[in-house]
Amino acid sequence: MTDPRLTPSELMTVNAARLLRNGDVVFVGVGLPNLACNLARRLHAPELVMIYEAGVIGAQPARLPLSIGDPTLVSGALSVCSMWEIFGFYLQRGLVSVGFMGGAQIDRFGNVNATVIGPYDHPKVRLPGSGGSMEIAAWADRCYFISPHEKRRFPARVDFHTSAGFLGGRAERQAAGLRGGGPAAIVTDLGILEPDESGELVLAAVHPDVDPHRAAEQTGWALKFSPQLRTTAAVNEDELTLLRQLDPQRIYLN
Amino acid sequence: MSKLTSLHDAVAAHVHDGDLIYAAGFTHLIPFAAGHEIIRQGRRDLTLARATPDLIYDQMVAAGCARKLIFSYSGNPGIGSLRVVRNALEAGTLAWEEYSHFAMISRLTAGASGVPFMPINPTGVEDLPRANPNYRTVRDPYSGREVVTVPALHPDVAIVHVQRADAEGNCHLWGILGEQKEAAFAADRVIVTAEEIVDASVIRSDPNRTIIPGLVVGAVCHVPFCAHPSYTQGYYDRDNAFYLEWDRLSAEASGVKAWLDEWVFALPDREAYWDKLGPEVHARLRVEPRWSEPVNYGQY
Repeated sequence: MTDPRLTPSELMTVNAARLLRNGDVVFVGVGLPNLACNLARRLHAPELVMIYEAGVIGAQPARLPLSIGDPTLVSGALSVCSMWEIFGFYLQRGLVSVGFMGGAQIDRFGNVNATVIGPYDHPKVRLPGSGGSMEIAAWADRCYFISPHEKRRFPARVDFHTSAGFLGGRAERQAAGLRGGGPAAIVTDLGILEPDESGELVLAAVHPDVDPHRAAEQTGWALKFSPQLRTTAAVNEDELTLLRQLDPQRIYLN
Repeated sequence: MSKLTSLHDAVAAHVHDGDLIYAAGFTHLIPFAAGHEIIRQGRRDLTLARATPDLIYDQMVAAGCARKLIFSYSGNPGIGSLRVVRNALEAGTLAWEEYSHFAMISRLTAGASGVPFMPINPTGVEDLPRANPNYRTVRDPYSGREVVTVPALHPDVAIVHVQRADAEGNCHLWGILGEQKEAAFAADRVIVTAEEIVDASVIRSDPNRTIIPGLVVGAVCHVPFCAHPSYTQGYYDRDNAFYLEWDRLSAEASGVKAWLDEWVFALPDREAYWDKLGPEVHARLRVEPRWSEPVNYGQY
């Protein structure tokens, strides 16, 4: 092992991988979500079905894909279909159990902004936009996010709703008639946020040796601690070794 | 009837100033050579539609071809921003119309199917529909529930790159199919670029793989390596190093201009471009074969 120290990306990816269940059908985002899914498949979830928005089902990538449409996703996959089919037949129809994404900004109710900072018509910072996330966040059974825990990434309210969390609270999401259950966990480098019964994200877990108040300081709203605040299990040797094998050039595990 | 022609002549005949262009391909099969030919021929005021504008539209916007962009994810995939497009949007010099991927593909599917709009289940967010009046709602006449709608998209021209086509434009594609078929059926005119031109008997040997029929195709151009720095499954790899390099060189307008001068304006066609890339790049992008099992259609 070249570097025995655990990096924040490794900590987040391992904890994210643990959230996936064997048999989940997961709509995979590129980068750390992709690493987390591949790690879970090699550890506790060998029957994980990885779906990519480019239209690939059951991918078994032999190398780490830089883009969501890498040819390595195709060779050896179970099926390749059109984008219309992946979003229509698989996602809208209700076959996807997990949406796994990054996000530029996530607010108190798990709403995500990946579109714009400042006014939409006169953007201060123009971000890439929805891509697949608007529908994934609405229609996957549950959603996970990975994001470094920084105050600017966790504002009380996002400038723009690119994809729905709980909107103004669980009741509002329910009234919107979305099939999916919304955000289930946000894994950060300090711990894990989960929605409480109102839909507000609260600190559900901290990583070993992390002071929960550090998470509060790096959050843009008055972060509540769950009454059952947990400490995540330390990353073990198996997890770390496998993960480092998945990204030998450390493209994402920086 | 053969529709074989040079890419130069196909662009000259089918792409006009002010057209709405859909250069298709989701990460895969992006017809860069066609984008470069449009740049060389100096087309102006185009509306450029693609789910992911990718570097091809970054380059066309930089070259001054575009008036407006229609898109659903404007990033350099896996890397970050499309800097030229982003700067133009932030500066207000480029008009835009924005969707999610599914809404964008729904527009093409409606266009390809000849229906006026496509219904989509609600997504719960209202900011984009508020910013883009093409998002509307309608009551489902069966359940009474409200659904979101987007209108059919009919590009003036779709450009699709494929692995192989016959002279009439019957096309075999495999790998990531993106929105190739929908774009071809939705458009008024279709330009096909192909890695290989094959005899019709090759196409007929595997009719299930004919994703785009010659029926909708106006021009067929033999353009090997058309997709670089994107890729063609089984033919050559994606040039990830170039996507990283573009991120670096597009940080300055002068870098983009110098690149366009050297790699587009100074070269006559894709053959010259591929030669200029040189043997090291060719070797880096070469792929080992991995064949599928043949299928038996039966002799009837």
